[in-house]
Amino acid sequence: MGKTRTLTGAFLAIATLTATGCSGGGTPSTETASAPADASSASGTITVLTQRTDLIKSGAMKAYAAEFNKIYPKIEVKFEGLTDYEGEVKIRMNTDKYGDVLMIPGAVAKNDYPKFFAPLGSSIEMADKYRFSDKSEVNGKTYGIAQFGTANGFVYNKALWKKAGVTAWPSTPEEFLSDLRAVKSKTGAIPYYTNFKDGWPLVQWSANIGSVTCSEEANNKLAGPVSPWKSGSELAVIDTLLFDIVKDGLSEKDPSTTNWEASKGKLAKGEIGSMMVGSWAISQMRDAAEKAGKNPDDIGYMPVPVQREEGQCATLVSDYQQAVNIHSEHKEAARAWIDWFTEKSGYSAKEGAVPTLKSAPMPDTLKEFVDNDVTFVERSESKTGTVNEIDNAAEIGLNTPDYRQKLIDIARGAQKGSVESYFAELDKKWDEAAKTVGS
Amino acid sequence: MTETTEAVSVKTHRATPQRRGTSPTGGSPRTRRGRDRALRRATPWLFLLAPLALLITFTYVPVGNMIYYSFTDWDGISPDRNFTGVDNYVQIFTRPEIFRVFFVSFYYLGASVVQIAVALYFATVLSFDLRFRNLFKGLLFFPYLINGVAIGFVFLYFFQDGGTLDTVLSWFGQHPDHAWLGDPTSANTSLAGVSVWRYTGLNFVLFLGAIQSIPGELYEAAQLDGATRWEQFRYIIAPSIRPVLSLSVILAISGSLAVFEIPWIMTGGATGTSTFVIQTVKLAFQFNKTGLASAAAVVLLLIILLITWIQRRLVPDEKVDLV
Repeated sequence: MGKTRTLTGAFLAIATLTATGCSGGGTPSTETASAPADASSASGTITVLTQRTDLIKSGAMKAYAAEFNKIYPKIEVKFEGLTDYEGEVKIRMNTDKYGDVLMIPGAVAKNDYPKFFAPLGSSIEMADKYRFSDKSEVNGKTYGIAQFGTANGFVYNKALWKKAGVTAWPSTPEEFLSDLRAVKSKTGAIPYYTNFKDGWPLVQWSANIGSVTCSEEANNKLAGPVSPWKSGSELAVIDTLLFDIVKDGLSEKDPSTTNWEASKGKLAKGEIGSMMVGSWAISQMRDAAEKAGKNPDDIGYMPVPVQREEGQCATLVSDYQQAVNIHSEHKEAARAWIDWFTEKSGYSAKEGAVPTLKSAPMPDTLKEFVDNDVTFVERSESKTGTVNEIDNAAEIGLNTPDYRQKLIDIARGAQKGSVESYFAELDKKWDEAAKTVGS
Repeated sequence: MTETTEAVSVKTHRATPQRRGTSPTGGSPRTRRGRDRALRRATPWLFLLAPLALLITFTYVPVGNMIYYSFTDWDGISPDRNFTGVDNYVQIFTRPEIFRVFFVSFYYLGASVVQIAVALYFATVLSFDLRFRNLFKGLLFFPYLINGVAIGFVFLYFFQDGGTLDTVLSWFGQHPDHAWLGDPTSANTSLAGVSVWRYTGLNFVLFLGAIQSIPGELYEAAQLDGATRWEQFRYIIAPSIRPVLSLSVILAISGSLAVFEIPWIMTGGATGTSTFVIQTVKLAFQFNKTGLASAAAVVLLLIILLITWIQRRLVPDEKVDLV
């Protein structure tokens, strides 16, 4: 009897808890989260959500926090690492409790930013100081500051390419293919590695939208029924290159069992010739080379092989953007952390990435690009919201591996179709979806 | 948490005798009997309170939510959602590519036939006295105990180019040089094979339990009458395990329609191995169409209920009476 009552009480308590948990808070204020005027008196405990579980494990994040505390002694910074960052944060954002500082998940629609995040300042001021600020601009206000950015191109093993007799960067897709052929016949290595199984490295190709026409507006131009895969367009050139690589047998034999972690070592050892990844991967590849007892300087980086009058181009795109939770009780402290982490922590330099701060220099990893006068195209993301909406409505997934996996399957004959018919199908889906989104 | 519950229980204990004392008819035996009866009637419900609360909180409320989402255009995050009526259901039934993935289920359906046959064979054989009987039982059941993620990874290495399968084949002088997960037919067959390997143990244990509940005298009597092993199986074992067999068939059908874990981990749905559930997950979490994905989940639920109902109509549950 007594036990039953206890249980009843317990369930009542649980029920009340769930009920209150679901209802959520009232309407939050929309005031700007600005940095505290006086660093020594700013206080509060803030939680930072991050996808870098590796840096939490290695203690690097704690070290950053300790540095931060030298300037802001009364702010306590806690970190919460999430392995499946996108999936978990997306669900947590249905409540009020998604940390004080977080990376904006890709799934959040741009027009919903004002409902979830505190504005960080007017977009005109932000654009003067930071790169990539238009990615999170809604109605004249900016809601996020990028951690850092990445340049895009191919990471390759210089020593291996030299062995194959290739010393200059290819300047056309045809030249790139013939270089890969030379790598294959002269060294026996896998000239290009798709990372088909892990999938996300295929998404990296989309980051190059803009490298072909050297246009900052390249991504914004997709916002409409524009048949993105029509002949000569950004996506047609990029995806045809991938298709031809696979079709000519210049990629790994069995793409269905590839392994990203192992591929780093293979590239360093010269068993793989090249891979398409963002410049953030260069330092990881160099680490892998050191581990394998090879020369880290053999890891090179080259832009997409298209030569224009201006020379070759490489897009700069934003990594995750940091934002302040609109429900946060310590917005000042949260903003102080974001500013410090972006500008003074040295994080982006350590990662070998493109700094968010416009005044900061390019990292060592991109020295080759700077020396060879590669034009950096800071891609405008002002219409990314619409582009993503069309992309989702069409269920194509420029930011998911699926459609390129199918492209590779077609190229190696595992699925029926031709590159022309597949592009036509994608164009049709895109244009139809664009019409429904526009209305 | 515990403090509150204690407080609640203490309060109720104190309250009970007080009420008794003040009640005007408290002493009369008649009302006491009435209260006892009410209490007795309430007791099973009080015991059921815990499981019911859990069931409702964690099953019916989420399912109710899902059905509600299926009538909206919710993207999974946004605080706003619009009611769109049956639009999601119309989409599901008017877009052939959504249903095309059900063809993949035929591979798994075919595999479950093999799986049930193999499980039945071993259950029958091992129900007789045999050397190392328990060892074999253990070996057959073992794969079911490993979790699906681990199985996915193990078999990824198994099917890799130059992996375990290729190595074993090369011992027999075979060098097929075939990417096992490389084209849709081969990939789906391989994945279905993994699912047979994993679930045979479960069916086997179900069958074995049913077979062992058959009284031993029946076999003796049959042997005296000169029945062969096959006849014993046909006329004693098969009829007595029919309910378990039909349960296995239902599980196999609903299982093959809702395959997820193994293909998700091994191929992620690439190369034509996408199943209905994988497609639903992608709709919800890649393309942010939670509304449409919820509708797809509801449709899958209805299809499975329908198939179960048809199956029960065709093969009704008869009471088995051997003696």
